[in-house]
Amino acid sequence: MTTERDPVSPTPLPNVVPVAPSEDLASQPINHEPSVVRAFLNTRGSGRLADNAFATVMLICACSIFVIVLFIFSILITHSKLSIAAFGLKFFSRQAWDPVSGDFGALPFIYGTLATSFLALLIAVPLALGVAVFLTELCPKQLRAPISFLTELLAAIPSVVYGLWAVFVLVPIMRDVIGPFLHKTLGWTGFFEGANFGVGLLTASIILAIMILPIISSLTRDIMTAVPNSQREGVLALGATRWEMIRIGVLRNSRIGIVGAVLLGLGRALGETMAVTMVIGNHPEISKSLFAPGYTLASVIANEFSEATGDLYLSALIEIGLALFLVTIVVNAAARLMVWAVTRGAPARVA
Amino acid sequence: MKLKVIAAGVLALVAAGATAQNINGAGATFPYPIYSKWFSEYSKLHPEVKINYQSIGSGGGIRQVSEGTVDFGATDGPMSDDQLKAAKVKVMHIPTVLGAVVPVYNIPGVNKELNFSSDVIADIYLGKITTWNDPRIAKDNPGVNLPANSILPVYRSDGSGTTYIFTDFLSKVSSDWQTKVGKATSVKWPSGIGQKGNEGVAGMVRQSPNSFGYVELIYATQNKMSYGSVKNAAGKFVKATTEGVTAAAAAASKTMPADYRVSITNAPGATSYPISSFTWLLIPTHSTDPAKARALAGFVDWMLTNGEAEAAPLTYAPLPKPVQDMVRKSIATIK
Repeated sequence: MTTERDPVSPTPLPNVVPVAPSEDLASQPINHEPSVVRAFLNTRGSGRLADNAFATVMLICACSIFVIVLFIFSILITHSKLSIAAFGLKFFSRQAWDPVSGDFGALPFIYGTLATSFLALLIAVPLALGVAVFLTELCPKQLRAPISFLTELLAAIPSVVYGLWAVFVLVPIMRDVIGPFLHKTLGWTGFFEGANFGVGLLTASIILAIMILPIISSLTRDIMTAVPNSQREGVLALGATRWEMIRIGVLRNSRIGIVGAVLLGLGRALGETMAVTMVIGNHPEISKSLFAPGYTLASVIANEFSEATGDLYLSALIEIGLALFLVTIVVNAAARLMVWAVTRGAPARVA
Repeated sequence: MKLKVIAAGVLALVAAGATAQNINGAGATFPYPIYSKWFSEYSKLHPEVKINYQSIGSGGGIRQVSEGTVDFGATDGPMSDDQLKAAKVKVMHIPTVLGAVVPVYNIPGVNKELNFSSDVIADIYLGKITTWNDPRIAKDNPGVNLPANSILPVYRSDGSGTTYIFTDFLSKVSSDWQTKVGKATSVKWPSGIGQKGNEGVAGMVRQSPNSFGYVELIYATQNKMSYGSVKNAAGKFVKATTEGVTAAAAAASKTMPADYRVSITNAPGATSYPISSFTWLLIPTHSTDPAKARALAGFVDWMLTNGEAEAAPLTYAPLPKPVQDMVRKSIATIK
């Protein structure tokens, strides 16, 4: 069976280190000296003031998050006033982006951001779950450390390095190998139509998937490791196969944590700028084909902010930032709601 | 005795500190290499003047000088009338050097340098010419075996002076371009894909077969990329050189307006390279600190006399003689 979780030799419980040395207690059974903790609590007087002060400090820490979010939100609103006044709510549903005539709309960018992020999740989540399940449940001990180390190393690589790798390695592969293959086999779906130059929504999604894979997999692994062994043993004792044990005992118990990991990955995908800019093609257009170039909210800000002349143009770019802010909030809220709706009061049953 | 010496020393230091001028500027990235060279050399010759320049982009340069937060700005595209009117200080354009933009391409099997008519370049980006063997490209390049592959136009996704110069040229040579797209540091490109920076465009063109793009001349020569000749207003195909760019400026200088806000793309003259432009310093005409204004004027004077000679090795074209003389007169008016 599993090499590391052999039910015959369960891992020993961690030693509970007593505060007072145990050998002293054994040799002097009648000891009226108070314990170290008791002695400390006796000397420090009333704890009410300290408790209240501590609670206040923690409250301030928690509130700082609200203050920062509100501050960013209000700055985004005030600086995009011009554009809000010119286009109103339609800004978020218009397709124009013409700095020359001062005609702006965010829809192609919102589409590009959402399309690449969700496509990246579609690719990365199954892979990341596979990596995590393998590492916690199936991996031979000698392999576990190197694989964990490499996944965490992937998470530490700066995004511009991913972008460079994508431009020089991924783009030619997409153009000459994967693109033509997808066109031939799945071209009938309409998602792989048109000219394929190697850059575009699909390439951006793949590089995003590679970037969020280590975050999701290492968090998921940590969560699965935290599932108590008694759960696994219990399921196995009922006669489950190993896959059933993983499904019922492990995945079922860690699903909320896994959703949290996926959300963190999604957050990175939504806001990723450099690597995406380098391979997405930066053309604000909505097209069904994944070979077509697109544009994301973060990319257009990074690209055009420094040279934006004209107040309306600048204001529209800041409103793009507001759009990104709102998209992030809406997507996160929707995901949380979904999780809440699915897991509310649900008993532990077969997943 | 000792105390007196120290006191004198401190006094001297304070005096030196008072006369040392710290001049802050910000703006265009395109002329940054030559500017940083000039500023460091000028500081060596004149230790009392220290010029700090931040290459934050033309848009930022215009904004900061208009707000009065820097002592001078720099831009690749001249300020519009509205921008000049909105600025808190009166701003003067001072041309410094000239740059050129060249068309680059990557067509497998074609090693010959290609010729491009100006309207052909516009129609490639407009999506009207979609394949390399289009009869209009073939007409300019007799004897070249052009493939029937579709063209991938590549443009700058980031706002840039390069894009401004390029679209300014296209607006002049194609009425279709003028009405549909126009000129700006970023425009609504009808077709193609965008890449960030000269290096992004060059990298994409280099590794994508059948692609077509535009980069600054300095970038093409430093990276030994082959680039095409462009048909100028006189109907001649000209390959970009610093001489060709200065020739374009000289041809345009006859009609140079007093505020120097002039576009020299598609300039007349048989040797003029058509996709070129001045780059400008933006200097407030009435500074709050006259000493700073004098120091800045002193720098511009040095730049005209000594600095221009250093432009060519960095592939910037120096100002033609008549323009230099004009600028010398203009800086005398800075107060």
